[in-house]
This record gives sequence, structure tokens and C-alpha cells, in this order.
Amino acid sequence: MATSAAFKNLQPVPVTEIPRLSPAEFRRAMVEDAEAGRRIVLFFGDREPAGVTLTAVLADDDRSRLFAASTCVGSEARYPAITPDVPAFHLFEREVYEEFGLEPVGHPWLKPVRRGIAGINPAEAPTAFFRMEGDEVHEVGVGPIHAGVIEPGHFRFSCQGEDVHHLEIQLGFQHRGVENLFLRRRDHPAFLLRLAESIAGDSVIGHAGAFAGATEALGRILPARRALMIRVIAQELERIGIHLGDLAALAGDVAYLTGQSVYGALRTKIINTTLALCGSRFGRGLIAVGGVRFDVTPEGRAAVRSVLEEVEEGARLASAVLFGSGSVLARFEKAGIVYPETARQIGLVGPAARASGLARDVRSDHPYGGYAYFPVHKMTLTSGDVFARAYIRSVEIAQSIRLVREQIDLLPEGDLLHPPGPPAAGHLVVSLAEGWRGEIAHAAVTDDEGRLKRYKIKDPSFHNWFGLAMAVRKNGISDFPICNKSFNLSYCGFDL
Amino acid sequence: MLDLLKLRKRHGRPVIKDLRRAEVKAPFRGFPLLREGACPDGCDQCLRACPTGALSIRPLRLDLGACLFCGDCETACPAGMVRSTPAHRLGASKRETLRIGPGETAASFAAKAIGSRREIRRLFGRSLKLRQVSAAGCNGCEMELGACGNVNFDMGRFGVDFVASPRHADGLVLTGPISRNMSPALKDAYRSLGTPRVVVAAGACAIHGGLFAESVDLDRSFLAETPIDLFVPGCPPHPLTFIRAVLDFLGR
Ligand code: SF4
Ligand code: SF4
Repeated sequence: MATSAAFKNLQPVPVTEIPRLSPAEFRRAMVEDAEAGRRIVLFFGDREPAGVTLTAVLADDDRSRLFAASTCVGSEARYPAITPDVPAFHLFEREVYEEFGLEPVGHPWLKPVRRGIAGINPAEAPTAFFRMEGDEVHEVGVGPIHAGVIEPGHFRFSCQGEDVHHLEIQLGFQHRGVENLFLRRRDHPAFLLRLAESIAGDSVIGHAGAFAGATEALGRILPARRALMIRVIAQELERIGIHLGDLAALAGDVAYLTGQSVYGALRTKIINTTLALCGSRFGRGLIAVGGVRFDVTPEGRAAVRSVLEEVEEGARLASAVLFGSGSVLARFEKAGIVYPETARQIGLVGPAARASGLARDVRSDHPYGGYAYFPVHKMTLTSGDVFARAYIRSVEIAQSIRLVREQIDLLPEGDLLHPPGPPAAGHLVVSLAEGWRGEIAHAAVTDDEGRLKRYKIKDPSFHNWFGLAMAVRKNGISDFPICNKSFNLSYCGFDL
Repeated sequence: MLDLLKLRKRHGRPVIKDLRRAEVKAPFRGFPLLREGACPDGCDQCLRACPTGALSIRPLRLDLGACLFCGDCETACPAGMVRSTPAHRLGASKRETLRIGPGETAASFAAKAIGSRREIRRLFGRSLKLRQVSAAGCNGCEMELGACGNVNFDMGRFGVDFVASPRHADGLVLTGPISRNMSPALKDAYRSLGTPRVVVAAGACAIHGGLFAESVDLDRSFLAETPIDLFVPGCPPHPLTFIRAVLDFLGR
């Protein structure tokens, strides 16, 4: 008997075709799949009359295949933990424990993920922080409110002298019940689309696109290619804009102030171009279920082309200076290393993964929407340090500029909007998208009448925060800002 | 070195010279115009389209504080009763002012929406330091507030800056719908400010709860306990909307 159902990104599968294994079989299947090189994409629970159904979605990136398996945990409310053998499960299992009270027996550390926050709700034990003891050992606590105009979270550094031995990242301060709202307002699709745009306000196109893709797949339609290509253009502009902003922030942190100003001004040009296309600097309102709401006119195309030319040359020069400067490299190189093996074990995604030698990119591994029509070359570096995570951004900026330039000239004629049919009943669809941070995953499960019964969201930050914790180990605490900015992770995308 | 010089030359001076005259171009969706006259019988298309319940009909009203400026109502209305304009001056010093009706124009709204108190002008007119607190803001508002200080907008030229510690701040800028988990930290930050102090609520989430108004994971008690001096609508507010509102508030 097959232990999982095989399908593709955006291909709905009847829930009845997903094998339902016993908890022990399920665990064995997960461990074997991981050993065979499959990667965890999603793991989520759904409360049903008989208990909680746990569904895992794994990916075989080389073969563009996804696999789903499930198990049901009844009143015993416990199952054998998978984490000891597959560390990438650790946060997912904590999440399921927090949400449904199912204990993964053998899990090393069942600390709350986002609901009960240390020091705020002590009733929700265990909230204790990891402790280190010894001579000259001290702790530094930062947040939830940080020094800048950014989102909140709590960082607890265990240090010896200047060196960080461990960083514990406690999130959850931004938890505003997003998944719950998806169900409560499931009869109001316009609301859900706007909600998807606000899962992480810096990844509007990524998350709204993933939601629209899932809804369209359940409604058995594919938007016209013109609409899909406009989404691609918006997604790449989002990537270019944020990468420029991240390079500005990194430059600022090592006191290369010209770089900070130049990258920042280039970012403004990009997001103002997005505004010229759709009325919002972050692409809000562009994506519609079934297509897009705004066309790219000939004038729009000319404007995008000229801005890209300017940004390409400006970014090239700024990067030549940034990465050619010894004093910058002295800070970036060998700081915050995540070794490829660690990256693989904890399941890093996106540019952070590619900077640590993992060739992962949903655009080419699990092509979707407009990305199904042309290849995106995967680029990797191997040093896994701040330098690699910064440099890969500059390479990706150049790549995305080329992609947009090519595609915007090839925009086929076609309708902008194509309303979907009624959603398929009793199906699961997984919608993966490569946001600028990495793999965004949405899973929609419908009931017998085709209404949403579970909506699961995973921002790439869910994998990558732990990567930041690994990166700062054995580094001076003063390198934390550049380590942090080299990841630039989302708090609300994680906290949901 | 040569590259650095070339770079410096290319960069030029990207600052917007006169922020008070700067405008945001269409298709930016700013101040919405409501048409006078009756809606078609039995029509409630805009109510169905609106994600946040910002609209009410018969009589037609729109709450700028709840509005995401998504334009869905404009698309849905068969009678063209709502029309977006790119006008970006949306701030108001009273919550009530944000509820607009037919006949209100961007200019008539902007002329009256922000009152500048003498005491505020005297104390903060030349320097206002703000501590921003994101309480479950999605990073949209945070990025736009951050942008206010960049080389394009350069809000700092007016003596208005974001600072790191609430102890250094004259005011607090709130973003986000206020999650239960951020409520205590937000209140702590507010208590750490000196007095007198000003409070600005920026974005639909902070002002009204926005998309999250119905969530059970919020604790908005801070707003019931705290007087708000300035409301800046948007999802997120454009940097010019924010800067202009603060300047009007300071009487500059
Ligand atoms: S523009 Fe404002 S009032 Fe109109 S539908 Fe969107 S949120 Fe509602
Ligand atoms: S108002 Fe909009 S941009 Fe601001 S925090 Fe809320 S959802 Fe995000």
C-alpha cells in the first residue's frame, strides 16, 4: 500500500485519496521519506468528530512532486514524535501541540509557538527560557519592542563574554488569529483575498498569489496567461524591492552610508513603479481571484523598462562598491554561518537556503502560474554566511530584472479576469509560491459542500527563524544586527 | 574609488523638495468621493464587497478609519456612487471626522480635519520625537513609517523622527490591531513616555481593527484608556499621508 498520495503544486486531490495511516505507520513513513530526500512543506491538524487528523505534505524537489499522508489521533491525544529523527518537524509538532493539545511523545521541547508568550501568560507552561550556567555567563534579553520601526518579538541571548552561545527566539506577540479568520469569513471571498494580502505586508503578492492560486485550483480554472504573467512581473518587482531594501539595511549596519542611501532610493523607484501599475506601493489590490485587476498598458511597460534600466545600473555600481570594500567584507565574511548540513536538517528555504548551498526555489522546483512558461535558473552559494545571504540578493536582483524585462515584452493578449467555478468538495489543494523570502505554502481543505474547513498558512519565516538562531551561535553579539538583517524574517507571517 | 564617485553622481539628490506640495499620482487610491443622490433601489453591492464594513448606505457613509482603500466598492457599485481620487491628505484629529458623506471633497476634508492646538505647536512645533509600536501590524504600516525618514521623504528635516526608546519620545505611533500578546508591552511603552505626550494611530488596523476587527485574539483596551491625538488612515498610509498629517498637527 502506498503510504502517501502523490500530486503537484496546485493540483487538488480528493481527501479520501490521502492514505490514513496509524500513528506508528505515519511516523515510519515520515522518517523514511525524509531519508529518501523528501522535504517537509506542511504539517497541520484539523479537528474532526473522531479526533484530530494530522496531515503532512512533503516535497520531492527534483521530481516536482508533493506527497500527502495523514493519521488520526483520537482521545489518547498523543502520538510518537517525528522530530527526534527529522529535526525539520520540530516547530510543526510544537504548533500542533499548542493548537490541539496532541503530545508528540519524545519531542525534546514543547514550548509554546505563538499563543502563550513567556512572561505574559505564565499559565501556559512551559514558558521557561533555555538557561546556560557557568563563569562569565550572562543573558541579554531584547524585545518584544525593538529599537527600530519594526515588528515585535523577544530575543534571549545566552552569552559568555561577547560571544553568543545560544539565541532563543520567542515569537507570538503578533498573533492575530489569521487562520481562524479564514474560516470565520469563508463565505466572503473578497475579505479573504484582502486578508491574504495582510498575512505579511512585505509579501503581498506572494501570499495573495498563493491564496488566489489555491482558490482557482479548487474552482478548476487557470487564469489567462496575460494575467499570470502580470502576477510574475509583480512578484519579481516585490523581490527586487525588498532585496534592495535589505541591502540598504545591511549597508547601513556596517556604516556604508552611501550604500544605504543608494539602495534605499532604488527601492523607492521600484515600489513606486508597483504603485504606478496598481495603485499600491506593495501591490495591494493587484491580484484578484481569477486573474488581476490591473493591466500593464504600453505606457506602463515603458515606465517599468526605464526604471529597471536605472535600477540595474545603480544596483550594479552600489554592489560593486559594497562587495568590493575590504571593510565591508571583513564584517560580512564568516559571520553568521549556517552550514549546508544544518540548513538541510532544519529545512531552510528561500535565499537563506540558497546561500547555504541548497538549490531550492519553488519557481523552478514546483512551477506554478506564469513560472510554468519559462525556466528560472536556480542560483546557490555555499559559504552560508552573512556575505552569502547578502550577495545572493544582489545576484537575484539582477536575475529578476532580466526576467521582468523579458516577460514584459512577451505579454500575450488575453483576459485579465476569469471567474472560478464552485470549489471542489472534499479536496485538499496545496499552493506553493516562491516569495522573496522563500517558500510560501497555503493548504486549503474543503468540506462536502465545497466550503473551506481548514486553511493552513506557512510563511517561509516559519522554517527560517531557527536558521537565524543557528547563525548567531559562536558569533560576537555585536554581529547580531547584520545576521538578523541578512535573513529579514517576518514576525506576523510566523505568528499568524 | 571611481565606482564610488560614479555612484554618488548617479544618486544625485533624490529628496522631494517641497513635501507640502508633493502629490501622489493616480492610480493611487486616496480620498474617496461619495456622490450625492439616491442609490438604486434595493442595491447593497458595496456592502457586500467591502472587506471591513467601512460603508453604510441610506444614507451613504464611508469610514476612512476602517477603509483599506482597496477600491472594491468602486468596482462593485453599479451606479458610480464611490470614486477614488489620489488625494493623500487623509489624517484627522477626531475619530468622528473620518466618517465622511456625499459632497465632502478632498479639499474640504483636508481643510478641517486636523486641528492644531496651541500647546502642541508650542511644545513640539519644532521637534517631535516619536516611538513607534507595532502591535500586530503586518509590516505594511511599519515599512511606510520607516520610509518617512528615508532619503526621499526625509521627515527628519522638520525635526520629526522615530527614536529607539519611549523615554526619549514625545509621542507614540501605534500600528496594528493590537494582539492580546502585545497589549501589555504597548501599555508599558505608553507609560514610559514623559508627559505631555501625543498618540498617533496609523493604519486601518490601529484605528478600527481593520481586517482583524472580528478576531478573538485582540485586546484593544489600550484605545479605550488612551486619548488619541491623530488618526492617519490607510492600509498602509502612504508616507506623504503620514508626514502631512503630522505637519498639519504641528501647525507647520
Ligand atoms: S475602498 Fe474602503 S470602503 Fe471601499 S470596499 Fe475597500 S475598504 Fe470598503
Ligand atoms: S493597516 Fe494594513 S498595512 Fe497597516 S498593519 Fe493593518 S493590514 Fe497591515
